[in-house]
Amino acid sequence: MKPLRKLLDKIKPNFQKGGKLEKLFPAFDAFETFLFVPDHTTTAKGAHIRDAIDLKRTMILVVISLIPCLLFGMWNVGYQHHLALGMNDASLIDNFIFGAIKVMPIVIVSYGSGLGVEFIFAIIRKHTINEGFLVSGMLIPLVMPVDVPLWMVAVSTIFAVIIGKEVFGGTGMNILNPALTARAFLFFAYPTKISGDVVWINTSAGKGQAIVDGFSGATPLGNAAAGLADKIPDTMQSFIGLIPGSIGETSTIACLIGAAILLYTGIGSWRIMLSVFVGGYLMAVIFNLFGLNTLMQITPLHHLVLGGFAFGAIFMATDPVSAAQTTAGKYIYGFLIGMFAILFRVFNPAYPEGMMLAILFMNVMAPLIDHYVVGANIKRRLKRAKPVKDA
Amino acid sequence: MSTETTTAPVKVKVPKEALFSVKNKRLIYDPLNDNNPITVQVLGICSALAVTVKVKPSIVMAIAVVAVCACSNVIISLIRNIIPNRIRIIVQLTVVAAMVILVDQFLKAFIFDVSKQLSVFVGLIITNCIIMGRLEAFAMANKPWPAFLDGIGNGFGYGLILVIVSVVRELFGAGEIMGFRIIPESVYTAGYFNNGLIIMPPMALIIVGIYIWIQRSRNRKLIEPN
Repeated sequence: MKPLRKLLDKIKPNFQKGGKLEKLFPAFDAFETFLFVPDHTTTAKGAHIRDAIDLKRTMILVVISLIPCLLFGMWNVGYQHHLALGMNDASLIDNFIFGAIKVMPIVIVSYGSGLGVEFIFAIIRKHTINEGFLVSGMLIPLVMPVDVPLWMVAVSTIFAVIIGKEVFGGTGMNILNPALTARAFLFFAYPTKISGDVVWINTSAGKGQAIVDGFSGATPLGNAAAGLADKIPDTMQSFIGLIPGSIGETSTIACLIGAAILLYTGIGSWRIMLSVFVGGYLMAVIFNLFGLNTLMQITPLHHLVLGGFAFGAIFMATDPVSAAQTTAGKYIYGFLIGMFAILFRVFNPAYPEGMMLAILFMNVMAPLIDHYVVGANIKRRLKRAKPVKDA
Repeated sequence: MSTETTTAPVKVKVPKEALFSVKNKRLIYDPLNDNNPITVQVLGICSALAVTVKVKPSIVMAIAVVAVCACSNVIISLIRNIIPNRIRIIVQLTVVAAMVILVDQFLKAFIFDVSKQLSVFVGLIITNCIIMGRLEAFAMANKPWPAFLDGIGNGFGYGLILVIVSVVRELFGAGEIMGFRIIPESVYTAGYFNNGLIIMPPMALIIVGIYIWIQRSRNRKLIEPN
């Protein structure tokens, strides 16, 4: 650590006022504070008590909690690929390496394009680099299908950072979750590359390899929407995540490990996570009672482990900026996300992944929920404060 | 006390204003820039989102609005002193509606295919806030010539945004401009796709939003204080 600090101190004057690279100070500052906790001291006025964990450290913890999903996703990409080609005996390492080769470029493109935009805005607006993209840059690849063209990842990332975040004023001001904005953009702009049954599994066959007979690349939810009940993997299989889907979302176990990290460190809100699952479960129970189509017949627990439900509930819905802020509001917000996710799934087969739309919709509604919760609170307190006349 | 100071008031001769005086020129330039009906006054958004998928209909729509706006401005300005104040909105609407019907019939007669693409939106020019807004705000209080220039200016201000938005939308949504292929086939075979989101109305709103963003960051006067 010492030599690194010394190196930074040595090159720092170049970036400060009057230095050669003054314009690039935001970039330098970003790297410096990324590596070391900044040495701010409090002024005579203002906050005197600071938490040791600042925004960058918070973001890094979220990225760490995403690593199980990323690793599992890489392995699953390889696993599904080899399964499609009938190579059931591919080893763990083979699967993992194949997946890493497919996934890492998406991660790099996502970070590269997103941070590029952030740097440009930081330099134009003369502020330091916003930390928010550290997490978004990791979330975006995890919600993409493996076969998505890289330029589309770049375009949707740039769109999400500019329209989803920078127009509102940058990190902490955004209405919508940037990662989901990127996915929604991709979903509506290039639907053939993020839905259907050809993009979820990489089926590029090498020499002497062929896709096995009866292979279907559709996601379980896609199959369910098409009414193919026998093609839906059972609950346990979906829980572990041995199903096709977006890179990071398939495994509920990996998501739960991430959730444990988030909850232990107190970064994620357990209220939101819990209420999303409860809302989704109740809605699925109601639909299951009717059981009119394949999607309704899926058991409630099964609904919660399919698709991006768990991933969305744990990593997307709990985004502290776009979620509801009040305690009661968090319950309402989470509950409605769960309900709407299942509702969209069941009633709109064109969008089998309802989680994305449900979260974006509730992101927009979150300020309204907060407004009424705060209003109700004020009313209750005013009532209590009213002097009793008759007594 | 000298009598010099109490001379009879000189008859002030108002010089006749030139046809294209600075003031009159501003009537045309302002709506194109700092007083744009769409991006600054935020009027007429609805049709701007609906007809801008392709460039050709947007140009036709823009010309239609210029014609209606200029003509009705002149007519209202001519009769402004005899319109009873209470029923002025109805009178204005009648004039605008008559103009719109003329334009609609003209389009149907000469460019039927574009008229079909624009469908109901030509008729909806009647309710376009820009035209009503200009009649109320300008034509009711000004002489015919400035009113005419104001109508032309605002019509073109509206058309400018329409054309800009539609160029972006047609270019990225279909790879064409005015029906001519701009993005070559080889790019498509290399893996390029038309953007499906950009031909949906929400994206038009976002493009208008980006235009407003750029305009306001260039001209800080337009940013209203909170």
